[in-house]
Amino acid sequence: MNEQDARQAVEAAIGKVAPDVEPEDLEDGARLRQDLELDSLDFLRLVEVIAEGTGVDIPEADYPAVATVAGLVTYVAGHG
Amino acid sequence: MPSLGADMEHGKVVEWLVKPGDYIHKGDLVAAVDTDKTVMDIESFQEGVVAEFLVDIGDTVDVGTPIARITATPAELPPPPLTSGTISPNARSPLTAKEPTPAHPRGEAAPAGHGAKVPPPVRHLAHTLGVDVGRISGSGTDGEVTRADVERAAAASVTKAPAAPPVVAETPAAPAAETHRVRSSPLARRLAAELGVELQAVAGTGPGGAVTEEDVLAAVPPRGRAAKEPAAERPAEAPPSDTPQPEARPEPLAEAPGRKQPTAAGGKAESLRQAIGALMSRSKKEIPHYYLSTTLDLAAAMAWMQAANQQRPVSSRLVPSALLLKATAVAAKEVPDMNGFFTKGTFQPSSSVHLGVAVALRHGGLVAPALHDADTLTLEELMVQLRDLVGRARAGRLQRSEMADPTITVTNLGDLGVESVYGVIYPPQVAMVGFGKVLEQPWAHNGMLGIRQAAIATLSADHRVSDGLRGGRFLARIDELLQAPEKL
Repeated sequence: MNEQDARQAVEAAIGKVAPDVEPEDLEDGARLRQDLELDSLDFLRLVEVIAEGTGVDIPEADYPAVATVAGLVTYVAGHG
Repeated sequence: MPSLGADMEHGKVVEWLVKPGDYIHKGDLVAAVDTDKTVMDIESFQEGVVAEFLVDIGDTVDVGTPIARITATPAELPPPPLTSGTISPNARSPLTAKEPTPAHPRGEAAPAGHGAKVPPPVRHLAHTLGVDVGRISGSGTDGEVTRADVERAAAASVTKAPAAPPVVAETPAAPAAETHRVRSSPLARRLAAELGVELQAVAGTGPGGAVTEEDVLAAVPPRGRAAKEPAAERPAEAPPSDTPQPEARPEPLAEAPGRKQPTAAGGKAESLRQAIGALMSRSKKEIPHYYLSTTLDLAAAMAWMQAANQQRPVSSRLVPSALLLKATAVAAKEVPDMNGFFTKGTFQPSSSVHLGVAVALRHGGLVAPALHDADTLTLEELMVQLRDLVGRARAGRLQRSEMADPTITVTNLGDLGVESVYGVIYPPQVAMVGFGKVLEQPWAHNGMLGIRQAAIATLSADHRVSDGLRGGRFLARIDELLQAPEKL
């Protein structure tokens, strides 16, 4: 999956899990927990939505790699 | 209007889920009620036929105000002497009207002009059943209306045409109220309230002229949103003495920098803030809190959870909160002084553990609905229910029992980064458990220093009910339970 598609999938997934997050909040460096205020249940749902949408399953051991918007995009692009 | 929580003083009916003439069972959902906190579905406390609504959609009434009249069906009437066929047995939650409100005199006034003789007990029965005695031809002496006549008429109207107005006693409803009722979707109503739009002033384009979400949005000039005064929609005030005190408890979302506060939710967030402020002020005034903390060794629990999650698809993975909540529920069951209600000067321990879970709302504020019987759930069940509960809490769709039932509450701010949280007890509960962030920490054990996952657990408890010894045992028990996560 190219980076563009991955970014779209990530933005759509975040929009679904946290509808109040504004698109302009989704900067590369934005941290999902601290900046976007996703809690562990939101995060689990996000991982789930991304798996449904892209087929990319993020195992728990890889959670640290997807802690930011950019990290998540890169991960999805690399595994999809 | 049932009480949907200790802090609730009034509620607004935002949607009827039944209509006059509907046959409802005990426990059926009948209406959606907007409190200062959230929208909740409320259930009927009895079986019968919905005779009429006593409040209109959009009306805010005090807790205890009858909002609908439900007539008993003849089949389940108690035998004479008849006392109360329609009265809600639950005095705390009167859904039905025992007596007609002064504005709608019925029963007594009905036969006037018809000349039929109606003995008072029969008239009372007719009133109870919602039967218009003026429309009954009496079969007794001199055309007197008998008990049997009334019961026949009631049975006929129930079976014949449940939706027809005659089921309802005399006056269907105050005609004036009709002019205020606007057909609209629940979403449109919520939106209108949030935006400060008068539904009556909006031209509906939906089915039957119903006002839709789009109609409401169209009625708000794009620039006018901020100028609207959402507070005008809020008839509620916290008691004047109860100044809201946002600092009374940690608020993860309300004061977070960088988080935009959409205008649409401003009014709701503000009224929620007032409700929280009033309740927390009351808690701090009335409850002599004491506070304890301990560091939980989560090495075993986290290792077990990570191994378990590797075997699971994303949809059934666990989060650390699930283990913490389960351990708390089991410990609360074992240490009853933490679990129950303190009311009228005495503590009533609860035999069930309904674990309140503090849920931060995205526009600020929080609610703490219950996971019912949390101590009996498996981790998987608890996880499913937790996700459902949090989702509905954030969507503003909780049920009455979820708001009213918690016997002890957990706040899990660690999920959002803090190391420890000392909560304020939700009256009438007597304990609040807080969990901080799960962190790797240096850990001395058997003379060796290692690194373990750990989290700080805190307890705020009510000194009228327990003391530090008991509270300490409770926290220690949580830690113990977490050492054997596979048994949770």
